[in-house]
Amino acid sequence: MIDITQVHKVYNRGKANQVNAVNGVDLKISEKEFLVIVGSNGSGKTTLLNLVAGSVLPSSGDISIDGNNVTKKADYRRSEWIARVFQNPLSGTAPDLSILDNFRLAAIRTKRKGLSIGINPQFKKDVKDKIATLGMGLENKTEQLMGTLSGGQRQALTLLMSVMDTCRVLLLDEPTAALDPRSADIVMNTADKLVKDFGLTAILVTHNLKDAFVYGNRIIQMSEGKIIKDLNEQKKIALKQNDLFDWFA
Amino acid sequence: MDFYLAALIQGLCFSAIALGIFISMKIFNIPDITTDGSYTLGGVVTAKLLMAHQPVFVVLPVVIVAGALAGAATGIIHTKLKINALLAGILVMTALYSINLSIMGRSNIPINSVSTIFSLINISANPNNNTFWILIVFVAIITGVIGYLLKTDFGIAMRAAGNSESMIRALGVNTDRMKIIGLALANALTALSGFLVTQFQVFADINMGIGIVIMGLGSVIIAETLINWFRITSVWLSLVLVLSGAVIFQMVLAFTLSSGVDPTLLKLVTAVFVLLIVSLPRLSFKGSS
Ligand SMILES: Nc1ncnc2c1ncn2[C@@H]1O[C@H](COP(=O)(O)OP(=O)(O)OP(=O)(O)O)[C@@H](O)[C@H]1O
Ligand SMILES: [Mg+2]
Repeated sequence: MIDITQVHKVYNRGKANQVNAVNGVDLKISEKEFLVIVGSNGSGKTTLLNLVAGSVLPSSGDISIDGNNVTKKADYRRSEWIARVFQNPLSGTAPDLSILDNFRLAAIRTKRKGLSIGINPQFKKDVKDKIATLGMGLENKTEQLMGTLSGGQRQALTLLMSVMDTCRVLLLDEPTAALDPRSADIVMNTADKLVKDFGLTAILVTHNLKDAFVYGNRIIQMSEGKIIKDLNEQKKIALKQNDLFDWFA
Repeated sequence: MDFYLAALIQGLCFSAIALGIFISMKIFNIPDITTDGSYTLGGVVTAKLLMAHQPVFVVLPVVIVAGALAGAATGIIHTKLKINALLAGILVMTALYSINLSIMGRSNIPINSVSTIFSLINISANPNNNTFWILIVFVAIITGVIGYLLKTDFGIAMRAAGNSESMIRALGVNTDRMKIIGLALANALTALSGFLVTQFQVFADINMGIGIVIMGLGSVIIAETLINWFRITSVWLSLVLVLSGAVIFQMVLAFTLSSGVDPTLLKLVTAVFVLLIVSLPRLSFKGSS
């Protein structure tokens, strides 16, 4: 589904503060794989996700999605495959727009944003029903501005928004980093359910080793822009949570 | 003419600019100085075409296209050449001065020998009331079009583009293209104000646009204060408040002039007035906290 071949991303090349944020990564992610990425701060996890999403273009190497070479494609042209949840809850939604407006945009992620009014009673009802599945009591607040919600609420809604339109790949960059334990649980459970229900290919970046242990069917560890560990499904099942802690010792 | 009716008419003439600034400033967070040039451009094109005996319904779309091109130029310079939006606007505004002057061929074109939108359409026998009602209809149509646009899928995407760039790109929208379209739309509206004012004052002048952006900004800031005050989220109500902002602005200016302030000081008074409405909410905040 996603083929990353010898990808490098260099910031500030040739200057004293040059950073090899991603340093020769080879990674093949098959369809419906749920890949977990762990690694210390600055190891290049977000950069790798941005390279897949297209918000950062590689210095060298190739990236293809579903057989299409997307190496030079801008992020907004990769949205036909990719939906994403950002590290910062504020990045995935538009605060000055209503929840409904946000969902409307998500519902036409892969389509043309045309000159017709798409928010009709049926759409409002569909959104309400979807939001009700979260059990956060947000279904009656759909006319409110997104900015009036908490980070956890926004992050949970961003997740739901990602499957409003056809989606093949879901990128989750520390979706629970800013959340309290309860919201974090809701978000992770929802994410896991969506990945299974919709048969998504997913990449989860997390610092929460319990989540890294519980979720996903493959795990890699990054360090200084390189992949230093890669465990497939059997090996991940065999992995003990304590082994994971030892990775960071 | 009745003093307040005159101010009201002025306000209605400037409400298209206010809507334009609302789009560039509030939706895209871009302080767009192109306005001074595109307003004059609208006026100049209107005067030139009317004097060439073109009918108003031909002049109108040409004015819209001219304004849109000016805005698109600023948008392209800003997004494709990655030049600060303020500087991009100043560059286009400066260039427009020469363009406007060469279109006119001289610095002032009176148009009292030809008929205008205000003399062609007859709603009321009283000329002032007639002007007023024509403007009401005109502004209602523009507001209706913009309000509808902002409610469409395209409009939601446009509002999101100025609000959360990372999100809207992840949702498949080319934000550069959106900014160019937004600035084109904003300046098309601004040019419409030039179209109206030129016909109202029956002349176009190369200097008519100097400082006009401040009228739009002032109107939008008044509107914004009211929007925050009453926690308004409706697009329609916001637009109506922007129109009210334009009218209130003119009323205050008219009031100031009538109270004996020297007309040479008009721009100074305008600047101070805008400074006041921008700073008042902050000053009172500081005092109370
Ligand atoms: N735009 C940029 N310009 C310069 N350096 C950058 C830029 N973005 C990232 N970097 C550098 O690249 C390296 C990798 O950053 P990245 O954000 O990918 O790390 P990360 O693994 O996501 O870290 P964290 O766990 O803290 O989120 C860091 O050293 C960072 O400083
Ligand atoms: Mg990161």
